[in-house]
Amino acid sequence: MDMETNSAIALRGVSKRYSDFSLENIDLELPVGQIMGLVGANGAGKSTIMRILIGLIRADTGQVEVCDHRLPDDQVAAKREIGYASEDMRLYKGQTLRWHMDFVQRMYPSWDALYAEQLLKRFDVPSAQKVGGFSHGQRVKALLLLVLARRPKLLLLDEPTTGLDPVARAEVLEALADVLRDASRSVLFSSHNTMDVEQLSDTITFLHKGRLVASEDKESFLSSWRRILCQGLWQPEIGAMPEVVSARNNGTIIELKVRDGGDVFLSRLNQLGITIKTVEPMNLEDIFVTSVRAGAPQ
Amino acid sequence: MNDKLFLSNSDSTPMYAQIVDQIVAKVLAGDWKPGQALPSIRELASASSVSVITVKRAYLELERASVIVTRQGKGSFVAEAQDLPRQLVQDEFDSHLIGMVNAAHKLGLREKDVVGQVRAAMATELPTPAAKNALTKR
Repeated sequence: MDMETNSAIALRGVSKRYSDFSLENIDLELPVGQIMGLVGANGAGKSTIMRILIGLIRADTGQVEVCDHRLPDDQVAAKREIGYASEDMRLYKGQTLRWHMDFVQRMYPSWDALYAEQLLKRFDVPSAQKVGGFSHGQRVKALLLLVLARRPKLLLLDEPTTGLDPVARAEVLEALADVLRDASRSVLFSSHNTMDVEQLSDTITFLHKGRLVASEDKESFLSSWRRILCQGLWQPEIGAMPEVVSARNNGTIIELKVRDGGDVFLSRLNQLGITIKTVEPMNLEDIFVTSVRAGAPQ
Repeated sequence: MNDKLFLSNSDSTPMYAQIVDQIVAKVLAGDWKPGQALPSIRELASASSVSVITVKRAYLELERASVIVTRQGKGSFVAEAQDLPRQLVQDEFDSHLIGMVNAAHKLGLREKDVVGQVRAAMATELPTPAAKNALTKR
């Protein structure tokens, strides 16, 4: 049994500078057997991180390790373990999906033909039709099929659900859930749809303008943030409490977004003469936006 | 695939709590018998399309509530104890009670009025809560 907690991904102090964008000092670790969701707006650096991990681009500084292979030196070995899918990947327009499946099967001995057929059915993509005529959704699903059927140790999926209709999105998420069954496999996927990320990820990483805003296990993320609606006289002391990340008021109605605001925090609010109306959990999207607005550095 | 739970993103109850609720319901209804092995965390996560860490948290809560027991290296099982659902229903009762008291304050009801209404409500045999009660008493 594999008791050692190896990392599927380990980035240490990774930076990459372009004229108009830079990825700054990224530390990131994905333990084997976990799913990590990368959340960020367009231009946050999600794709840059993916491309560094697959060896398409080289980091300016820092260390990059993928499935215990050091990049860029061990790139060939690392690539064998990785399944990468992204928008900008090309298929051969004049060939059928079946042709592509045969092609990938010849290159990768790990190809699971039975699973490939199951995915074909589940994704409902025509295997005998030339891929040049595929819709966007069919193309995305074809790319994912070609990657998933290889059963790679690490899946790097750049926006796998973007532009898909709701039915196709559910199919893709279910296919990703298949991967969970195997404790030796890991997934890093990016999305600006926080709902997709929220459902399947063990760890969530927020990126904003090339910086890491937060990276935490999802359950502690969701359980530490609360939106508190209360009523009373607004006073600056409220906004100054360390738990309060965001505070707004309109007359006597006060909305607070807080981290680690437990019973002690609530009773301090009470002492200030504030009546608490509701305390409710926040979803990831709200947590993300609140963190970014507060400029919460790590 | 028969161990799939039905979870929803649009439910305001957190995912882990939805899992807890459905497993408790299965145990209460006898779908899962005392001593029966639960699906592994990964199995259940995969079948229900939800993250491993979320199922892990649900199992921890269920353990804390003594609904299930986990044996090192063997997995989790439905607890043998017979009165286990009682505590859960008690918790539910407590939270409703707090809610009722809060609402009573908002309405400015006096203690006497509240007690009177509770008494009247308990005198009326409401079929659903009564059936629920019978299930949990023994």
